[in-house]
Amino acid sequence: MSTDSTTTANGFRAAHVSHHFKDATQEYDSGKQGIWLFMVTEILMFGAILVGYAIFHHIYPDMFEEGAKSLDWKMGFINTLVLIFSSFTMAISISLIQQNKTKQAAMAMATTILCGAVFMCIKYFEYSHKFHLGLYPGRFLDVAKVGAEHANLGMYYGFYYCMTGLHGLHVLIGMGLITWLLIRTIRGDFHSQYWLPVEGVGIFWHIVDLIWIFLFPLLYLVG
Amino acid sequence: MATKSAHHGDNYINFEKGLWSWLTTVDHKRIGLMYMATVMFFFLIGGIMALLLRLELFAPNAAANVGNVLKNGDVYNQVLTYHGAIMVFMVIVPGIPAILGNFFLPLHIGAKDVAFPKINLASWYCFMAGAALAIATFFFKKIDTGWTFYTPYSIRTGTATVLMVLGAFVMGMSSVLTGLNFIVTVHKLRAPGMTMHRMPLFVWALYSTAILQLLATPVLAITLLLLAAEKLFGVGIFDPALGGDPVLFQHFFWFYSHPAVYIMIIPAMGVVSELITTFSKKVIFGYTAIAYSSLGIAAVSFFVWGHHMFVSGQSATAGIIFSFLTMLVGVPTAIKMFNWVATLYKGSVSFDSPMLFALGFLFLFAIGGVTGIMLAVLPIDVHFHDTYFVVAHFHYVMVGGTLMALMGGFYYWFPKMFGKMFNESIARLSFVFIFIGFNVTFFPQFILGAMGMPRRYFDYIPAYENLNKISTIGSWLILTGFLMGLWVIVQGLRNGPKAPLNPWGSKTLEWQTASPPPHDNFAVEPIVTAGPYEYR
Ligand code: HEM
Ligand SMILES: [Cu+2]
Repeated sequence: MSTDSTTTANGFRAAHVSHHFKDATQEYDSGKQGIWLFMVTEILMFGAILVGYAIFHHIYPDMFEEGAKSLDWKMGFINTLVLIFSSFTMAISISLIQQNKTKQAAMAMATTILCGAVFMCIKYFEYSHKFHLGLYPGRFLDVAKVGAEHANLGMYYGFYYCMTGLHGLHVLIGMGLITWLLIRTIRGDFHSQYWLPVEGVGIFWHIVDLIWIFLFPLLYLVG
Repeated sequence: MATKSAHHGDNYINFEKGLWSWLTTVDHKRIGLMYMATVMFFFLIGGIMALLLRLELFAPNAAANVGNVLKNGDVYNQVLTYHGAIMVFMVIVPGIPAILGNFFLPLHIGAKDVAFPKINLASWYCFMAGAALAIATFFFKKIDTGWTFYTPYSIRTGTATVLMVLGAFVMGMSSVLTGLNFIVTVHKLRAPGMTMHRMPLFVWALYSTAILQLLATPVLAITLLLLAAEKLFGVGIFDPALGGDPVLFQHFFWFYSHPAVYIMIIPAMGVVSELITTFSKKVIFGYTAIAYSSLGIAAVSFFVWGHHMFVSGQSATAGIIFSFLTMLVGVPTAIKMFNWVATLYKGSVSFDSPMLFALGFLFLFAIGGVTGIMLAVLPIDVHFHDTYFVVAHFHYVMVGGTLMALMGGFYYWFPKMFGKMFNESIARLSFVFIFIGFNVTFFPQFILGAMGMPRRYFDYIPAYENLNKISTIGSWLILTGFLMGLWVIVQGLRNGPKAPLNPWGSKTLEWQTASPPPHDNFAVEPIVTAGPYEYR
């Protein structure tokens, strides 16, 4: 893709318009549509697993209640706050970029990454605590040892690990992407004329946040 | 790259040189050709497996040698699984969109490239990586579940379910990325004057397919991930022993895989629309009806998955509803059929090789479609379920439909892709062999199915012997036809005469640029002032 790297008045590198686009607007609109379409696929993917959850919740309400009780809702709640805050800092970073405040934007991104790390740490403690208690998914859960009332409590944990695991994977991917943004921001790639990648990753991060906002009550609270 | 000006004689093939320039290209035309090479390779592998399956079924196992090439049922099941999985995930699903779609969608709408060229390349790598994972299973732990990976067998069997399923997952990502790219390209990159209603019907078909890819594939993705988790960690969602529900797997699986059969066939319908109007020298009849019926099929296809589960123990009410909804798909499909036939009527039809394939499509797809409606009738399906009737039905649709269109499209656009002509008489002969061979192979399977021969069996009672013999002989005719087709392509590439700019007298945009097209598709951006089929 051809790019012309002229420099704008304020010393930033100008927007890169790939050769197959007419102008920056067309490129921006296309990119944004692409990101949103990709988000549709993410939501559908989690949507399907939520359908599975709903079905089995309907079949085994008691077992799901027992499962939800065994989770520590405080941990989940802290994580919810952490993620919401990180969404906020991510949104701030876009707006800072648009005002050419590169340094502050970089700080905001770093905060977002940090929040992601905190989230994953808390998850790590939750998981290891569960493993410690013998609360493994499905067939690995030892009903007798755990003292579970419902013989197939393992399925609840199957859902728990699949849903939070997949979500956690997305958090890690998001952290990687934001690190990439951070490097590019420090390099001065983004500015008031060009911020599409920041916005794109931002949307991804918000969706990951949003999915957690669904997972948290469903797994920890509904019982 | 832009520094390299497109001086005279430059085209996308000689624009840059060397293998590396191909492996790193972001040119949609080159990516299309890369898909072409790889899909043809997978088709060869899947085809060899098909021939082996048919050879095994040439005679009952009691007969010496031939009836026993695959030794036993386990090997048969493995070959069957690879045949089905390779043909579906690596040949028919990517086939038309990834090869012809990649190459022609931007040319059709006067764009320089797809919206995200790098993602386009990435999706080829995804495809290759997924295919590699899937095929890798073959070399250490073969899989024998059938391409549908039904639980609970796929959880219990000691074979490489996880790797295979991850392969399919990664290929699914490739499919999503291609679809996403196409949607944005159609929305954002049309040349001035190219309104949605001036787009060629092939573009409409690709657009509808892309929507399906985007909406259906994520559900398959999560299903496959859950299956992998089930196998690795025993999460219990699909495993009846743990309180899970194997039928839920089927629901999830077919929620993708039924729309997926339209991912396979709608692009073919798009190609056929182009061929029919071009070779009838006539405006296509009912342009808007054909365009919107693609969207209609896409929409309805999401509500019919239960017809794969009539005998799975789902409720009778569900069965009746799914039966009814399935028949609804016939409506938009029939709309297309009638429009094609109306276009042919009183057109000046010429029977060049691409057109022969298009007519072959009409014939075979009609049989495939009608038997599909038969299977949608609940009591009939209860009788025919998991018999060779079903095998014949889906081969008529997928092979008789999609593959015919792919071949026709290949021949039709060959001069544009490579700037060369091919040997027309051998091309027609290849059609004759494929068409006749196809019917000889698969028509007897309808009868076998009606007689009660079950599918996925590696042996049968003597009563089924004659029809099976005929069927196997038909598979050799198909082989001959495809070998001829391969020869036509290779011969055309190596020393075909230079092609005229517009050998078939088509009106769509891609024929107005050089053959092969330059790197940027058009020397000057085209301005569109009329619809795609202004014949008369
Ligand atoms: C070209 C000649 C072909 C021949 C002779 C052939 C033959 C066969 C045979 C004998 C079976 C096993 C049926 C059974 O035992 O139930 C089969 C299954 C199947 N074939 Fe083909 N096939 C051909 C091409 C294709 C193509 C191009 C596709 C692409 C979509 C395809 C898709 C399938 C599928 C999806 C199954 C079902 C696999 C399963 O149920 O697990 N076939 N084929
Ligand atoms: Cu179906």
